[in-house]
Amino acid sequence: MRVALNLQDNLLKKVEEISGENVFACYQCGKCSAGCPMVAEMDLLPNQVIRFLQIGAGEAVLEKRTIWLCASCFTCAARCPKGVNLARMMEGVRVTILRQSNADQVTPPEMVKEPLPQIALISALRKFTT
Amino acid sequence: MEIAYFPGCTLKTTAKSFETSALAIAESLGLDIKELPEWTCCGTVYSLAEDDLMKQLGPIRTLARAEGLGYSTLTTLCSMCYNTLVQAKQFVAGDSVRLQKINNFMEEESDYTGTVEIKHFLTLLMELGLDRLKEAVQRDLAGRKIACYYGCLLLRPESASIDDCEQPQILEQLMQALGAEPVFFPYQVECCGSYLTAVKPDIVARRAYRILENARENGAEAIITSCPLCSFNLKDRQKNIKAIYPGFKDIPVYYFTEIMSEALGITKTVENS
Repeated sequence: MRVALNLQDNLLKKVEEISGENVFACYQCGKCSAGCPMVAEMDLLPNQVIRFLQIGAGEAVLEKRTIWLCASCFTCAARCPKGVNLARMMEGVRVTILRQSNADQVTPPEMVKEPLPQIALISALRKFTT
Repeated sequence: MEIAYFPGCTLKTTAKSFETSALAIAESLGLDIKELPEWTCCGTVYSLAEDDLMKQLGPIRTLARAEGLGYSTLTTLCSMCYNTLVQAKQFVAGDSVRLQKINNFMEEESDYTGTVEIKHFLTLLMELGLDRLKEAVQRDLAGRKIACYYGCLLLRPESASIDDCEQPQILEQLMQALGAEPVFFPYQVECCGSYLTAVKPDIVARRAYRILENARENGAEAIITSCPLCSFNLKDRQKNIKAIYPGFKDIPVYYFTEIMSEALGITKTVENS
């Protein structure tokens, strides 16, 4: 995969600010990707999300499905040997996109048409809308 | 000591049986639990954005209300409510600026100061002690092989965990106290897909399939959980699983309180619903 590098990466600053995490604390051991329940469905591994941010290729992360497939289950955060909370970083990227585009990622008509528990509906709307 | 009980939205609708059975258990064990008046949504998922105070108002409002009514402990049944409340409490602990801002938003509530302790119903049961639970058993669940599914939000992040976050024991100990046999179940702390069920049901079905099959392979005849969303994903998504894996056979999913109230002789045997 070819990615454009942007060394004045404002995205990285934003993600660090919103998540309160230090992106450079990660030393790429891969435990987050090994334990991620959604990894089989992702187009960019969780550890690659951090790597892209580290090298200034954050713009490429914004296009990927991965950040929207993260279900904030905190498995990565619980297992990280460096105490990095990747679930927070994923949220940082999601929130950045939502705030910049000011557009919802999912609209109610795109949601499943069946009776869902409220917590499923409200959670999804909280994560996918501005 | 009276304990405030925060139901949360789903306990009043799709998870009604969870609430009914839990309150009956509390009553029979002498736990003094009273529903919090005029409770509002907990916020469902904890917002992970450091700068977004607005999303913390829901959980903090609930805590402020419990505190204002003089409660020192608040209990929840729903794993999601538990997790959101605990993380919100931690979000403002030791940050007076944040707390002040949030309190300023809620003019009609008494100021939240951070004293209320949040305990999941399972923690309350453990505090009563396993011996006390063993004594209360009317109908032993001998021979029942149960897979104890924790999911995420009772255990992660570690700061909010009710038990060891990789190898929890609480549900297994509870089932053993009731005479049931908890099976080996490596998928007990694997995420079921959570709220993605509202937008990507197939992904959730594939997740749930692996969790359910893992329980079955280890001889479980039923699965227990404490989260209405896990319950939906593991139980109601079984129809989606059949569409993807035609050979799949149903496996019952219960709330831990349903199995427990059966053992305590409070309700009739739980039917396969």
